[in-house]
Order: sequence, then C-alpha cells, then structure tokens
Amino acid sequence: MKDRVQSIVLPLLVAVVFVAGWHLAVKWSGSDIFPTPRQVVSGTVELARKGVLVKYIVASLFRVTTGFLLAVFIGIPLGLLLGWFGPALKAFNPAIQILRPISPIAWIPLAILWFGVSDAAPIFLIFLASLFPITTSAIAAVQNIQLVYIRAARNFGITGLDLFKKVVFPAALPQILTGLRLALGVAWLVVVAAEMIAVNSGLGYLIIDARNAGKRYDLVVAGMLMIGLIGLGLDWLVRQMEKLDEVRWGLSR
Amino acid sequence: MLSAVREPTTPAQPKIAARGLWMTFPGTGTRVQPVHVLEDITLEVRDGEFVCLVGPSGCGKSTLLNIAAGFLAATAGEILVDGRPVTAPDPRRIFIFQENAVFPWLTVEDNIGFGVKRPSASERRELIAHYIEMVGLTGFANAFPRELSGGMRQRVEIARALAAEPDVLFMDEPFGALDYLTRLRLRAELIEIWQREKRTVLFVTHDVEEAIQLADRIVVMGKRPARIRAIVPVGIERPRDLDDPFCRVMRDEIFGVMGLDHQGLQVSIGSTAGVRVHS
Repeated sequence: MKDRVQSIVLPLLVAVVFVAGWHLAVKWSGSDIFPTPRQVVSGTVELARKGVLVKYIVASLFRVTTGFLLAVFIGIPLGLLLGWFGPALKAFNPAIQILRPISPIAWIPLAILWFGVSDAAPIFLIFLASLFPITTSAIAAVQNIQLVYIRAARNFGITGLDLFKKVVFPAALPQILTGLRLALGVAWLVVVAAEMIAVNSGLGYLIIDARNAGKRYDLVVAGMLMIGLIGLGLDWLVRQMEKLDEVRWGLSR
Repeated sequence: MLSAVREPTTPAQPKIAARGLWMTFPGTGTRVQPVHVLEDITLEVRDGEFVCLVGPSGCGKSTLLNIAAGFLAATAGEILVDGRPVTAPDPRRIFIFQENAVFPWLTVEDNIGFGVKRPSASERRELIAHYIEMVGLTGFANAFPRELSGGMRQRVEIARALAAEPDVLFMDEPFGALDYLTRLRLRAELIEIWQREKRTVLFVTHDVEEAIQLADRIVVMGKRPARIRAIVPVGIERPRDLDDPFCRVMRDEIFGVMGLDHQGLQVSIGSTAGVRVHS
C-alpha cells in the first residue's frame, strides 16, 4: 500500500501540480505565444490527424536504431578486443581519448559535407555518439572480469574464440549493458539536434520547422514532450534487458 | 559409463611428482623485494591418493598448487604428472578455487556441463544429472549461482570439476570461505565422493583438523620460504572422529612441526614427538 502511494499516487500528484502551474503561469503572464497544456494537447492531436506525428517518430526511431545498432556491432567487438589485448589498447587509447570529448554535434558540418542532406548524416552522428560509450564500457568490462573465470575456463581447455564466446563476452555483458543504456540516451539526444540541421523529417525537424514556419509553439512543446516520452520508453526497454538472469548477477545494486 | 577413463600408470610411477621445486616471485624494482616462496620441494603423490598440504597462511602452499596445476611456472625444478612435465593447465586436472569461481551467468546445470567432454547429448545430460544429485543439488538445476548459498555454490564447483572427468583435483582451500557447519558437512561429502570416484586429490588448507579428517597423507610446510617439514601418513579408518585421542595427538604434533603449540601459538621448533621431521 505504501509502495503504491510512493510509486503511483505521488508522481501523479507532482504531474498534476506541474501542469496546473504551467496553465496558471501562461494565463497570468497573458502570453499569447507560449502555449497552455490544453493547446499542446490539441496541437498533438492535429499532428496525429495529419499523419506527420507517426511519420516523424518513425523517421527519428529509424535513424536512432540504425546508428545505434551499427555502433553496437562495431563497438562491442572492438571494445572486447581492446580490453583483452593490452598493447592494442595502448596504441588506440590516445586517439579514443581525444575523439571522445568532441560533442557529436560538432561533427554536423562534416556529416553534411560527407553525406549531404540525407538519412545517412544523422545516422552517422548517432553512430559516433553511441560508439564511444559502447566501446569504452566494453573495454572497462573486459578489464574488470574476475581472473578466476578466465583461469577456470582455461583449465577446462577453453581457448581462443571459444574463450571469448563462452566466458569473456558473458562475463563482460552486465557492464556492457550499462554502456548501451548510456549510449542509447546520448543517441536520442543527438538525433534531435541532427534533425534540426541535416534533414527535413523527424521530431527534431518538427520542432525547428514549427518554430520557423509559423511560430507554432504548441507544436514545438508537443514535439518536446514526444521526445521525452519516447526517450523514457527506450530507457525502459534497456532496463528490461538488465532484468535477465544472465546479466543480473553483475548489476546488483 | 561414469567411471573415469584413466591413463594407465605403472604402480611404480607416481601420479604427481615434484622434483626440487623452487619459486621466487621477482620484485618490482626498488620498492618490492623478490619473495622466496618455495624452497626445494620434492614430493610424490600416488594415483588415487588424497594428500593435504598444510602450513601457516601465506606460506606458499597455494603457490605450489598453482604450479602443479600449470597456472604458474616454477623458478627451478619440475613437476610431473604421469611422468610428463606440467607446462599449462589441462582439463584432465581440474583446479577448485576458494570461492566464486562458478560462472554467474550460467545455471547450475550449465555450469556443471561446462567442462563435460561427452559428445552425445543424452550421455551429457545423464552425466550432469548424476553430479547434480551427487552434490545434493537436485531441484536446483535451473537456478543461477546468485540464488544459492555459499556452500551450494562450492558444491556446484565441485560437481563442475568432477563432471569434466579429470584424474586429478587440485583444491585450494575450497571450504575456507564457508561457515563452520557447512564446512564440516562438505568435508564429509567430499570424502564420500572421493571414496566412490577415487581421483587423485591435492588439497591445500591451513586447517590442520581438516587435513586430518580428509587426507591419506599430510604434507606439513613451514613459514615462507616454505620447505616440507614433515610428511604424516594419517592411517585412521574413515570417517574420522576429531575427538579421537589419536587425532588430537596428531594435531598437536603437526602444530609442533609448524612451530606452534596445541592452541596454535608460536613455540620453538623441535618440541615434537612421533612425527617424522624432514631435514
């Protein structure tokens, strides 16, 4: 009962107070540009009726999924190898450490130069944004593997690629998953920024277009709320993976 | 089907033989001095024998076990199994760690099946089921290690080792991290399993009573750098009662060889009777 109050009733109360506060603030300020919650809802309905809402959500999700998966398929093996082979890490680490702090947003001009105004530009930016957290978490995950697992596996005659498949990868997986969650969060931030500049569809485009084309701030805020809700959904998806028995052992908090 | 396939060894040839083994861990420059751990260890273990290595904590008995298993290379001397020098770990000789060496991402069943070499799926299943039952984990086949107690996890590890059908088990204080009662129970179970399966066991412990309860022979090592101080044949019918006066005398004598009195306190060496002291 107490749990239910804390996990449902209280958050709902906060949301109601927030929306009411928002409504009153708009009314009292007399602003005719900033939308009330009601206008945002009707703006969302309008977008849905025109069919652009679903179309833009799908466009954004497609870019995030593609760029993110590319980063997963390259970043995880790369991180496992770099974490396993010390000399390789020594060779690549300075380059990684210099590239890592560059915001993916800073790559937008180069992305447009290389890929033009197309899906490829935001996908490339999302790939970059996800690649670093995924790779570095995989490197750290391998370095943190308990030596006793490796010794036991070697004792049973497991070597080479088998050792990676049967021990290194599963032993590193919990920490890799933490990196994936982080990377997906960053990817979702980046797609919005990329879509404001490099393409003409998607939720980021919706926001900038609603402002530029007619100062439709109801649509701007509607787009923002969509981004928040979908981001929450993506994070929920990764958290479901963290509940699997194969990784829960390494994520006990 | 479950009898271990062993390489034939002539009765004269020991299963494991250490010949003049020395071990020094190199220092790291000026800060850490080189550590002399083992000095001239010569030891033979017969096929099917249960030998315990006892000695004070940090004396180097675990190092000896790691060398025997092929995880470490000795500075000098050699260790032979079936007459051949050990250079690397081998699935015919499985090492059992003190704790938390079962794979936490695998179920009990998959852990035990990890080292199973049988190619046929039905034999494999049968073998896994056999060892799950032997270590008393029936009903836990699909549990994950984190759902088990420390004692149950050690049982999984022992079963995982046995299921690989090795001829030698190296056990490095396998019950050291468990509570007292669990330790007693697992000792009794281990002896039962060993009597049924007759593998060669080299078992490291700092617990003299544990060694007396388990071993055919006890190898007593001194403080670092460790040499073999005495080799004590136990020669008491199993199961053994530690309250038996003979066991108590043996315990005090082994303490004496290690340089400790019957309460485990430091005394001068040589105050012992009966136990044959080396060199």
